[in-house]
Parts: sequence; C-alpha cells; structure tokens
Amino acid sequence: MKKRFSIFFSMLLVLSLFLAACGGGGDNADGGDKGDGKDVPQDLKVNINTEPPSLHPGLAQDSTSGTVLRNTMEGLTRIGPDNQPEKAMAEDWDISEDQKTYTFKIRDAKWSNEDPVTAQDFEKAWKWALDPENQSTYAYQLYYIEGAEAANLEGGSPDDIGVKAIDDKTLEVKLVNPTPYFLELTAFYTYLPFNSKIAEENAKWATDAGDDYTTNGPFHMTEWSHSDKIVLEKSSTYWDKEAVKLDTIEMVMINDPNTELSMFDNGELDWAGAPTGALPTDAMQALKDNGTLVTQAIAGIYNYKFNTTVEPLNNVNIRKALAHAINREELIANVLQGEQLPAMGIVPPTMFPENEKGHFPDNDIDAAKEFLNKGLEELNLKDPSDLPAIVLSYNTSEAHQKIAQAIQDMWSQNLGIEVTLDNAEWNVYLDKVDNMDYQVARLGWLGDFNDAMNFLEMYRDADGGNNSTGWEDPKFQELLSQSQTETNPDARQQLLKDAEKIFMDAMPVAPIYFYTNNWVQDEKLKDVFVSGLGDVQYKWAFFE
Amino acid sequence: MAKYIGKRLLYMLISLWLIVTATFFLMKIAPGNPFASEKKLPPEIQANLNAHFGLDKPWYQQYTDYLMNVVTWDFGPSFKYKSQTVNDLISDGFPVSFILGLEAIFLAVAFGILFGVIAALKQNKWQDYTTMAIAVLGISVPSFIMATFLQYFLAIKLGVFPVARWESFMHTILPAIALAAGPMAYIARLTRSSMLEVLANDYIKTAKAKGLSSGVITVKHAMRNALLPVVTYLGPLTAGVLTGSFVIEKIFGIPGLGFHFVTSITNRDYTVIMGVTVFYSIILLVAILLVDIAYGIIDPRIKLAGGKKGE
Repeated sequence: MKKRFSIFFSMLLVLSLFLAACGGGGDNADGGDKGDGKDVPQDLKVNINTEPPSLHPGLAQDSTSGTVLRNTMEGLTRIGPDNQPEKAMAEDWDISEDQKTYTFKIRDAKWSNEDPVTAQDFEKAWKWALDPENQSTYAYQLYYIEGAEAANLEGGSPDDIGVKAIDDKTLEVKLVNPTPYFLELTAFYTYLPFNSKIAEENAKWATDAGDDYTTNGPFHMTEWSHSDKIVLEKSSTYWDKEAVKLDTIEMVMINDPNTELSMFDNGELDWAGAPTGALPTDAMQALKDNGTLVTQAIAGIYNYKFNTTVEPLNNVNIRKALAHAINREELIANVLQGEQLPAMGIVPPTMFPENEKGHFPDNDIDAAKEFLNKGLEELNLKDPSDLPAIVLSYNTSEAHQKIAQAIQDMWSQNLGIEVTLDNAEWNVYLDKVDNMDYQVARLGWLGDFNDAMNFLEMYRDADGGNNSTGWEDPKFQELLSQSQTETNPDARQQLLKDAEKIFMDAMPVAPIYFYTNNWVQDEKLKDVFVSGLGDVQYKWAFFE
Repeated sequence: MAKYIGKRLLYMLISLWLIVTATFFLMKIAPGNPFASEKKLPPEIQANLNAHFGLDKPWYQQYTDYLMNVVTWDFGPSFKYKSQTVNDLISDGFPVSFILGLEAIFLAVAFGILFGVIAALKQNKWQDYTTMAIAVLGISVPSFIMATFLQYFLAIKLGVFPVARWESFMHTILPAIALAAGPMAYIARLTRSSMLEVLANDYIKTAKAKGLSSGVITVKHAMRNALLPVVTYLGPLTAGVLTGSFVIEKIFGIPGLGFHFVTSITNRDYTVIMGVTVFYSIILLVAILLVDIAYGIIDPRIKLAGGKKGE
C-alpha cells in the first residue's frame, strides 16, 4: 500500500512538472533523427493484452506467456525468419538412421547471471514439466519423447524418460516415433530450458523479475509489474547479441482493442493488433483504406463441428449440404472484414498450399441441394421443412454471434432449413461441447507446431478430448498411424493428405475460414518476425 | 454507541458468512472448471490438477476449507495466474482501484454538491438549466462512452492527457472523470431537490428575517440538512465506484481489482472469485456502517442506539 500512496506525491510533482513544461512539449523524436545516421532510439512499445499466466516454461500454456518466453529464453532451436528451425542453444545435432535418436551439441552460452547453459538444464527442465507433482498442463507437448507419457500419467520412473545429458554439452533425446517436426518442437516453449541451479534453490524463481529470473535468450526481463507491464532489456550475455538491435521492449497489458488503437494513433504504442493484441473490427475497413493494415495468414481454423451422433446430423449428406451452402467469401467480406481465407479443407494452406482452393468449391448451392435431397431421401423425409430445426451453438461474443446469424440466414435461404441460435458463456459452452450436448457448434483451433498432424490428430478417436464430433474412421486412423512411422517426408505428407480427404468426405466438421493476423505498426519499425503459426519474435527487430 | 457498533459488527459477520456461502454454492453449481480451454487436457492431467487443488474433495470439505481461508485471510494461489496468490492480486490491485475510486468520489461529491447548490439557489434561472442539463447528460451517458469520448477529445485531439495506462497523476484524471460523471450528476440532482425543499422551510425564513447573510444561511442552515440524502447515497456509491470501475479499468488499461473481480468468474478461478468477493463485501459492509454512523453525526435527530422505541 505504501508504495501506491507515494503515487500521490509523485502526482503532485508530475502535475507541477507538466504545468511548467506545458509550452515546450512536442518532443517524440520525430524530426530530429534524420540524416547523419544518428542513433535512433531502439525502444519498442507493444501491447500484450493481459498478464501472462505463467512465465515458467513448464507451466506456460497460452500465447501471451509464449510471447514473453520466446523473446527471453532460447531452446535448442529457434524458428528463423524463413520459418524453418535454426540452430540456437544447440550448435549442432545428429539424427540417427531411424530418426528416433537426436544428439544435440549445446553451444557455449550463458544464462543472464553468467552461469553456463548446460545439457542438464534441458534434461531437468523437461523432466520437471513431466513430473505430475508440478501440475504442468502442457506436459503432453513432450509426449513425443520415449517414456514421457508414462512418467507423466502412469507413474513411470523419470529415469526412463528418453532425455539424457551425456555430459555438460551433449544432450541425447530418444523419441517414440520418427517425428519429422521434432526440431520445430524444440523451439516451442514447453521445450525451453531453465537455469536448474537456481530452480533447485528457489522453486518460485519464475514468479517475478529479479536475480532469480535468469534468461538465456535475446532479451532479459528487468521488470514485471503484474497486470500492468513487463519490461525487457537487451541481454548482455546472449550468444548472438550482435544480431539484437532493440535496447528495450516495454510490454503493456491493455485489454481493450479500441484503447490499443487509440494509443497507437497517439504514438504511445509502436504496434497495434495481432499477434499480441487485437484491432477493433469496426476500424478494419478504415485501416485497409488508408493502406496501413498488414495481413498475414496463420495456421489456424474456425470450424463448425457437427455432432454426428444425433439426427439429422448423423447423415453424411445433410452434413455436406450444410457445409456446401455457406458463402464464405461473402462472410469474410461483410462480416469478418479481416482478409481471412475461406476454408474448404481442415489443414491450413501454410501446411498444405493446395488448401487455398480446398476440397470443394465455396458457396456451391447446387451441390448442396443435391446432397440435401439425397439426405432427405435416406431419412425418409420429403421436404427440408420436415427436418427438425437445427440448433447452432456458440460461446457468447459479438463476433461469433454475427457469423452464426449470417450462416443461419444462408442455410435457411439456400436450403430452407430452419436454424435456431443458442449461445452460452465460455465455460458453460465448453462443458456442453465436451458432453456432446449440441448439434452444430463453433470451435477454433490454432496450431502449436507447423505440421498437418496438429490439425488431424484430434479426430483420430471419437472419445479423444478435442474431437467432440463423435466421428471416427478406421481408414483415417490407419493413415495417421502409417504417417507416424514413415520416414520419407513426401510419402508422409501424402499419407496426411489422404487422411484429410477421408475426413472431408465424411464432413464431421464444416470448415469456415483460416485465421489471419491483422495489425498496424510504426513505419520505422522493421524486421519484427511473425511466424506462420502467428508467433512474434523481436530478436531481429529495429527502428530505422 | 459502542453497543450499537458491536451489534452492527455482529450483523456484518453474519452477512459475510451468508455471502461466502451463497458465492461458494453458486460457483460450484456453474458448469465448467478453471482448467477448461479449447485445447482439452488429457483426463489424467485434469484429475491430477483437481487433486492438487482439492477440487476432488466432497463439497462440504471444500466449503469448510474456503471458510478457513476466509478466517485466516489466506486464499491460496490463483488457478489462472500461477505466479501470484489471491492475496497478491488483492494487495496489488486494490490500492490502484482505491485511488481511482477516491478521486472519482471526490470529484463526484465536490462538483455534484456545488452544481446542486447553485441550481437550487438560482432556481429556474440559466444557471439552474445549465447545471441540470449537464446532470441529465451525466446520468444518461454510460461511463464507457464517456471514457471513449474523453480519450478521443482530450488525449488524441488535444493531446493534453495520455490515452490510457496508470503511471502518473496525469494518467489518473481521465478515468476518474469518466467514473465520476454518473454519480456526480446524480448527486447534483439530489442536492438540488433536497436543497429546494429545505430552503422553503420556516427556519430559513427566520434566519433571513434575523438578517443573516445568505452565505451563512446556505452553508450553516440549509446545506447541513440538505446533504442527508447525499450521505445516504455515499454508501452504495463507494461500493459502486469500487466495483463498477471494471469497465473503466479495462478501457484505460488500469491494473486494478475490478478486472479480477469480473474475469475470475469467466475463468472459474475459484480462489480469486472467493477472495475478491469477500474483500468487496467487507468494503461494502463497512461503507454502509460508516454511512449510518455519519447520519448520527450530521443529524442528531437520528439516534443510533434507539433502544427505547424498540426496533
């Protein structure tokens, strides 16, 4: 409390300063830096929306925490500007013939307190996340490693986990299956190391900035004012510090898109919108018109899932009729306004480029009617009006509601099917979807790593946690299993494409659109890297 | 007096217990859980988490655990914000909400009374119409519109204030005005009408006849009586400003407690819901008690002890 009361006195001080300085304002370093190549201040101000729930690599499970961790910590690999994993803490690696054993050579790098980064730091960090005692909700990201799942769920011994520090600089990792995207995964935050020396002494090392929050990445966290802001400074111990040009990054936590844009317009932020914040939908058109809006496709999809266990949605032709009778182009142009891509497939085009076209044409009313008639016949019904009204569920939010209303209208106009809308608060909604207490429900999915598996695997088993459609197909399962042992990348890709085909033929999900990131940024800010997954890195960023 | 306060404190404890109980059961009835997300957890991890946070215990045990938390004032860790305990959230967030609320109440009371008195003294003159027009605007414009309006004109167009955030005194002014506008307008109208009523009384005429200056009459004789309804309003206002500041805190990016009060419910962050609700309830109960005591001081006709006539 005392600290906050001192605000009162600083308030007075600032007020007097303000009055005194009223005339001589207009600073903001606009004109002054031109010519002569004088130093431009390299201080970035961005909005990260909310307090990061946890900055412990083993506990983080959301994009806000991910943003801070990706810029302060460094894993074995880092996703580079070409969207491929590049060498980071690992200066080299060997992959065994069967692609199941990886041997990483750790580079001579230091933590921010000058401790060396060791192979043990990785081993201990991964085993920490897999220890059920530690309540890591994202531990399953590590299940690719031999013995990991057993140790996390079935009381297996941590000694049987396939990660071992051979010596200080050599890390050996054994995988369950050949996993072609494993080097992508090692850049993901659950695979980040932490300073095991400090973690052993202070279990709560990750709760605040300070001496114990040691980092090995491009930036070091110097201030964490909870629910208010985080300040990062360029790290002096980072191995690749020559590449880092920004001196500070101030991350504020503003949870209101309108305020975020106003602050950007007022020069209080250098970036507004995705991936760390959001832009107000109403402002999209104006920003597009004045040419400042930047749009980038990311690996994410907005779906309408069908409950394939209830009538009439257990009929594949009815499902197909509904999926075909959506005019996605129009929905994107008039409702979403964020340059999203129409989705007629389930895997984003960032992974399967041919999915820009998809498996069927958008807004194919004739085909939809054909499917509908076939479906009605199979259900022994004569007319679409004989169908019971279909309930379309979504979680309460203006955006979801607008989309649902537009699609409700399309289905009734194009097919004559009556649709009722049903909305529920987020947690109640998830509960309903989990219990299959719905007919059609909207859900989104964002990729954690850049591989089609991420978008297919959840539909493998009808009772899988993220399936919630009640659909499964032995052929689909077979193809996915084959892909897991296939070591030839092209053959593997083909297996996954075949699996997607089976999925789209059964249509347990109507894909609506692929997500895009939309933002505006300071003109002088260059080389902020937003990956195909929509993750942001400031390592290479600078002001011109 | 002491007996009265003692009795009131006892009632407060009972109210608090009722609030805790009602909150607990409502919270438990609501579907969902703190770990729900679009990406579902493996059931074993979910079960492990439930066991760790005691969510697998029978309801009566969880209930008594919560009661113990309230008594010992240790609400445990937040489910969502793993780096902070509920006590941290309260001790970080409340001082911010408190300063914002205090500024807003000060503005609302000072300008509300001023406008109300001016309007009453100049009844049906232009001063009356102007202040009451402002008051009607203040009541009918919701605080979030007022906030956006202030941001647009004073921060972006004129550049006098920063758009948002909570760093210096300048940062506090716009949110305080936005938060104060509604209550200020209400107080102005309240003061005006009760002032008019009081001014029509015989004792004011007597005071005038005695030749007292109009300033003395207004301040000493009229206002003291006219302010009673305003004092009544202060109790709920305090609670309203402290809890209702959620929207303002969100728009201005202020790290206050209002944010946690609302989002903890969406997150099903059980410990935070409980801690913050109990905390706010205590503030509300204390505010009401203070208002009741203030009555007795302003108006001697109200006897707090009031034992003789019975309840």
